[in-house]
Amino acid sequence: MELRDFYEKFRDPETIKALAKEIEKESEKLNGVINIMEVCGGHTHTIMKYGLLQLLPENIDFIHGPGCPVCIMPKERIDHAYILAMQKDTILCTLGDMIKVPGSKGSLQDARSKGADVRFVYSPMDVLKIATENPDRKVIFFAIGFETTTPMTAALLEQVIKRDLKNVLFHINHVTVAEVMRELIDSRDEHIDSYNNRIDAFLGPSHVSVIAGSRIYEEFPKKYNRPVVVAGFEPVDVMEGVLMTVRQFVENRCEVEIQYKRSVTREGNKKAWEMIERYFEKRDLFKWRGLGNIPKSAWKLKDEFSRYDAEKVYDLPKEEIEDHKLCICGDILRGMAKPTECQVFGTACTPFKPLGSCMVSSEGACAAYYKYGNLL
Amino acid sequence: MQKSVTLAMGNGGIENRELIEKIVFRHLKNSFLQNAEDGTVLGDVKNAVFTTDSFTITPLFFKGGDIGKLSVAGACNDLAMMGAKPLFLTLGFIIEEGFGLRDFERIVRSIKKELSINEAFIVAGDTKVVPKGSCDGIYINVSAIGERLREFTQKKIEPNDKILISGDIARHGASIFAGREGIELENEIESDCSSLWVVVKELIESGLNIKALRDATRGGVAAVLNEWAIDRELCFEIEEAKIPLRDEVRGICEILGFDPLILANEGTFVAVVGEEDDEKVLEILRKFNKNAQIIGEVTKEYPKRVLLKSEWGTRRFLDMPSGEILPRIC
Repeated sequence: MELRDFYEKFRDPETIKALAKEIEKESEKLNGVINIMEVCGGHTHTIMKYGLLQLLPENIDFIHGPGCPVCIMPKERIDHAYILAMQKDTILCTLGDMIKVPGSKGSLQDARSKGADVRFVYSPMDVLKIATENPDRKVIFFAIGFETTTPMTAALLEQVIKRDLKNVLFHINHVTVAEVMRELIDSRDEHIDSYNNRIDAFLGPSHVSVIAGSRIYEEFPKKYNRPVVVAGFEPVDVMEGVLMTVRQFVENRCEVEIQYKRSVTREGNKKAWEMIERYFEKRDLFKWRGLGNIPKSAWKLKDEFSRYDAEKVYDLPKEEIEDHKLCICGDILRGMAKPTECQVFGTACTPFKPLGSCMVSSEGACAAYYKYGNLL
Repeated sequence: MQKSVTLAMGNGGIENRELIEKIVFRHLKNSFLQNAEDGTVLGDVKNAVFTTDSFTITPLFFKGGDIGKLSVAGACNDLAMMGAKPLFLTLGFIIEEGFGLRDFERIVRSIKKELSINEAFIVAGDTKVVPKGSCDGIYINVSAIGERLREFTQKKIEPNDKILISGDIARHGASIFAGREGIELENEIESDCSSLWVVVKELIESGLNIKALRDATRGGVAAVLNEWAIDRELCFEIEEAKIPLRDEVRGICEILGFDPLILANEGTFVAVVGEEDDEKVLEILRKFNKNAQIIGEVTKEYPKRVLLKSEWGTRRFLDMPSGEILPRIC
């Protein structure tokens, strides 16, 4: 098998065109519009990069979800990363995009230009090498991501304990996908208008379900009457996911279906899940930028691993920092507004100077609209 | 002579002289350098074009080239893109204390080889040695003067012109990233690093209606197209599937999460050509790289923007690259 076999057939122009035709045919049988939320930023990226909206009929629309771990990071936690990076004799490691997101003090890039040692790693396991090569310095892993990346952080901690590395610390920001989906359609916060959300169905992120299984979405058809199709990230995957969703409406079904059968099962990867539960436990509340505090929506290290927990070892500020008043990211994430309806979109708020979560990383809805133009 | 560069070798005294005599002059000496005075008299240069560029790269030696080849090819390519024949170059080295002399000599040899391809000469130079830790091995600055034989300029670009690419893209960037990350592939990617004067010479001699050339170095093809679109207030429409890309380069981009359109090239250029001559120019380009391709045309649809068209009929903008090149997370 060659590398290209993993993506080529999932980007085949003829298949994409055929799926578009099929979706159009099926959608003629619908009464009214279906708004499908693609929860994951990876899906948003695929939809915008491949221009898939341009292929869909008028009665099918996407609502771009909160599934970008960089976008939803509240400013105060980005500040934590900045403060930790600026500590003496410290190396701060994190994943890709996180480096350019500004908090109230600046971004990790800014910290680096002021002399901090900030490194981006492809795999959390790279931290082991950095820690071994720098025994006299603290190496802090600023961990981000949904269920996809959480087991890797757990595996890193396992190795750190096994090798008895004394200089590695963790700042855990791992979040979970089902809790934020529930928040969007059924918020417990009475100040939040989740009752009027316009989400009719979810496109579930497949990489999360490789780990957590498709079972985590079962409450949505059952309790909330929203079907979920777990779909892959290539354009053919997304188009097929949309077709499966439309068919559920046409055939009056409401269930969890798996489009990404090549890696997703109902149960997921049990070993990886056990690993997560060995080291982590749920936080009571975690603040999501643009959405506020969501119960049980993030992990933290269990108390018995406190000595590895940078949030406990260092005295980090707890005050919350609010986004700009004009920012309407919360409404965009609930499907009640489009990025282009925001007063500051593309003017005061750009990817170079983001005011709200949706403009922060290339996977955020506003950033994707800005970058790719949302041409129709 | 010692095996590595010492601070004394940058002191202007005996050790400095020895380094220059034994390595630099040995390979690069010519009638201009022979005089070893404070400056070099060049005589008359017609329609002189002048450029400068500094080179810092990790790793210093990569598949398909090294910092020496890169610096001569890079500076000469800037002249070639202006329609100028490279003639005279200056060479400035900043070397880190402790840098291996054998590596230094290897770099100087590459410089010599690349000069001969361009039929150009080093006419002045300078060597500084800095304490260990204050630079990453070696930095090179090259300034170059050429004689302009044809006026290639973006000012001539008009609607309906065709856009061509001289070969497959992103090979230099992909090979450097793969090298840095220690990714081993069955077919190792070779940088496209090379001097373009040979191709450009033939393009000039053809007399075809070529308007502008630009080598797609840092920022890649995306940066070149956006710069032209903004300067000319025109729209550059590109058919994405026509952009040539090798399988292994695409593979690296898939693994690391990079867009090949923003990765650097060091021997691949974009050309804008009058619509009547696109096929003829393509024929010349293909003599040097069979992957050369006509990739799009200039229109007025979205002024100052680059438009990418997919094979399934959708369109999107291609942005000017910004910030560091970072991989996506999940």
